[in-house]
Amino acid sequence: MDKNIRTKAIVIVATILICIYGIIGLPTSKEQLNQNVANSIKLGLDLRGGSQLVLQVQVQDAFKADADQGIERLKDEMLKAGIAYVSLDRNDPATIEDADKIHINVKGIPVDKTAPFRELLQLKFSNWQMASMGSADYRLTKNTTESLTMRRDTVTRSMRTIENRINGLGLAEATVQQRGNGEANPEILVQMPGVDDPARVKALLQAAAKLEIVEVKDGPSPSEEALRAKSGGILPLGTRPIQQASRPGDQGESWYVASRSAVVTGQDLRNARPSQDQMGKWETSFVLSPDAGKRFGRYTESNVGNKLAVLLDNKARSVATINSKIEDSGVITGAPSQQEASDLALVLTSGSLPAGIVYLEERTVGPSLGADSIRDGLMAGAVGVGAVVLVMLVYYKKAGINAVLALILNAIILIAVLAYFGAVLTLPGMAGIILTIGMAVDSNVLIFERIREELRHGKGVLAAVDAGFGKAWWTIVDTHVTTIVSCAFLFIFGTTAVKGFAITLVIGLIANVFTAVFVSRAIFDWELSGKEQPTTLSI
Amino acid sequence: MELFKNTNFDFLGKKWPFIIASLVLTVAGVGSLIIKGGPLYGIDFKGGTVTTVRFKQAPNEDQIRKALAAKISGEIVVQQVTGQNEVIISTDLRDEKELNAARAVVFDTLKSTFGSQAGGKEDINLTTQAALADRIRGPLASAGGSLTEPQLQELVKDILAFRNSAPRSGLLGNKNVTPQVINVLKQETVTGPYTIRGFDLVGPKVGKELQTQAFSATLLALLGMLVYVGFRFEFIYGLAAVIAVFHDTIITIGLFSLLDKEVSLTVIAALLTLVGFSMNDTIVVFDRIRENLPQMRREKFDTVVNLSINQTLSRTILTSGLTFLTALALWLFGGQVLNGFSFALVAGIIFGTYSSIFIAAPILIYCREWMENRRKDGGTPAPTVAAGKTKSSK
Repeated sequence: MDKNIRTKAIVIVATILICIYGIIGLPTSKEQLNQNVANSIKLGLDLRGGSQLVLQVQVQDAFKADADQGIERLKDEMLKAGIAYVSLDRNDPATIEDADKIHINVKGIPVDKTAPFRELLQLKFSNWQMASMGSADYRLTKNTTESLTMRRDTVTRSMRTIENRINGLGLAEATVQQRGNGEANPEILVQMPGVDDPARVKALLQAAAKLEIVEVKDGPSPSEEALRAKSGGILPLGTRPIQQASRPGDQGESWYVASRSAVVTGQDLRNARPSQDQMGKWETSFVLSPDAGKRFGRYTESNVGNKLAVLLDNKARSVATINSKIEDSGVITGAPSQQEASDLALVLTSGSLPAGIVYLEERTVGPSLGADSIRDGLMAGAVGVGAVVLVMLVYYKKAGINAVLALILNAIILIAVLAYFGAVLTLPGMAGIILTIGMAVDSNVLIFERIREELRHGKGVLAAVDAGFGKAWWTIVDTHVTTIVSCAFLFIFGTTAVKGFAITLVIGLIANVFTAVFVSRAIFDWELSGKEQPTTLSI
Repeated sequence: MELFKNTNFDFLGKKWPFIIASLVLTVAGVGSLIIKGGPLYGIDFKGGTVTTVRFKQAPNEDQIRKALAAKISGEIVVQQVTGQNEVIISTDLRDEKELNAARAVVFDTLKSTFGSQAGGKEDINLTTQAALADRIRGPLASAGGSLTEPQLQELVKDILAFRNSAPRSGLLGNKNVTPQVINVLKQETVTGPYTIRGFDLVGPKVGKELQTQAFSATLLALLGMLVYVGFRFEFIYGLAAVIAVFHDTIITIGLFSLLDKEVSLTVIAALLTLVGFSMNDTIVVFDRIRENLPQMRREKFDTVVNLSINQTLSRTILTSGLTFLTALALWLFGGQVLNGFSFALVAGIIFGTYSSIFIAAPILIYCREWMENRRKDGGTPAPTVAAGKTKSSK
């Protein structure tokens, strides 16, 4: 008997020590203690304040861009091969689900060119599948594996870009993670502790920031129509109309004809930073990579006197005449403030997004609201747990102390497991802990009531305790399993707060099986072991 | 101390008033749900914005509603937080296209309606760290109180931390607070009449998905209970228990509808917890029925059930009561954010306890009688009710 109790005591003490170590570590000073506790119990955004964004990657954008590129290449290749066509275009899938339905329509291939056209496709466009749609028309589609890879790549690249931008803002504690399943539902969750105004971050993350430096062929004209009229209604091959980005004080619009292909793009950038011109106005200057610098140098050298435009998201930010060879740097003018100039520099260096993003959800908790929540949670916990402890002590006397000790250990194990798993404590999580205490004590009640009943039936103290624990065991298992099973369905929801609640409750109830049955029993054994023939039990 | 010692209440004899009360509550709740076109969904389930705003003086709810109604279509709910000059403003968001502008519309409308009229000054109560630093950097330098950038950021951070601290009775204990700083703050800033403490925005599409998820999660949880209790006891026990829990869930949701309380995601979390928790009392009673049956073969089944309820009464009342205490503490002290969640728990625990006795047990008896009658009529023999799969073990 004694040996049995000693073994149980060792197990219990070891558990307590491991748990306490998990929560407070091995502190040598009071500050370190506070620090360790803060490190092991991470507070969720709803408690510490901060912002959370859920954004959705518009995968179809990447599919469309890919199809556009395909069309351009196809045009070039068909021109080279001397294959005529009537029209070349693509459909316009509007939703993420429809992205796979992207296709290119090729119409009006002369019958005698069918063979060379098929050969061209096989040789150079193997990633597109061809289906013939009548005698002269064809449809090119993407196969399933190709589409899947593209979806996955788009989401991964978007995440990387978003991570870069978040890091660039100096938000050290922010996290970027994928939510839901990647292919069907490309959602990204961005959590930013301490940020109480996400407006700037939102704009920054959403910026496509597609930088191009292109040759300007003609302009400016006051409207797109005027521009077209100048060249006889149709713009020359390989060009596109470009609008000048509006600046304060502008009179009307200005339009340019620019080359379709860019001399330099955002991918050629080595660095970008905010700077000021002679007038003290903010701008963003950039440096090109060595390769691109050489290319740009050669180009500008042979095009002195011609005009260049710096395009950002297809709008001309500045148009200037090449005065001399430009090696490897340039500026984007027209930033209204230092912040905008540095934000632009940040998005340029972080890489462009492969697809647009849409915000599905935004949640901001101010720091004062978070502090209130912590205070309310602690208050509710103190009152709730206090009431439970009081009832147990009054109703079960000494056995109540036993239950309270088991409860304390239950709470310690719960918090330690949360700390070991690195789980985040949210307000619903706090509620989960409080509720766990209320439910955990139920196991003790079931056991104690059973012991009382056995005593009433005239059993001896030892036998009654034995029967009480034994007969209540399966009831305890049943009641725990039902609660855990129903809580498990909460994991269907992706929301951090609800998951936080479910996790605390499930861990708490599992720990409760140990504390209410094993620990409580050990305490009874220890209490009764001193007496020869115990005749009374305070319960 | 013992509250219920050797009780012998005739629970089953008095079941009808309770069953009728349950029916009335269920009909009222379901009726309210039908008339109001489903539960009053919170932002999680229908999309929209929720803004928490605290004012210096008691805010005029009508004024807020009118100002926002001019800019935003759909329903606008302004709800006062009791005991504080705080309101929670909910607006609708039906169109995906409004997502990006929604925040600015709410914030700008508040600012133009209630914002400080001191023209052009930065409102300390609405500012952010970056904005305040930008605002005072220049003037501070011209006033001769120039700080290094880290010092400036620290100063601004301290000012805002002071603003955010709960009692707001502390002194600005910052070594960088020089007379110049005070002057510049006076000259450049103003403490406006309100502050925005929190803002949530959920797109309509997300909400629709969550509605389906919540519905299926609740049904799956009920199904899980049926399977588990059916496995541990017998199918009719599982059926009786699940009908009782379903009754609790319907009445709780109905109560939310009757009281015009919002069903948020945390309320669904509370409901699922209740599905599991309400089973507990029922299982305790069923366990006892199973234990008593072999020893009381001569007695009628409803006598065994009634005795079992009486024998476990103190257990039922105590376990529910103790969990109820913690739920009640959450409801009374847990704050605004958890209000719906803890209300669902408080109401659900009451219904769950009562339904174990007055709903689950009568249904079990009814099912068993029905099966026995079928057997007498020459149908398939019913399985023996006492055949528990697991007896208590030591």
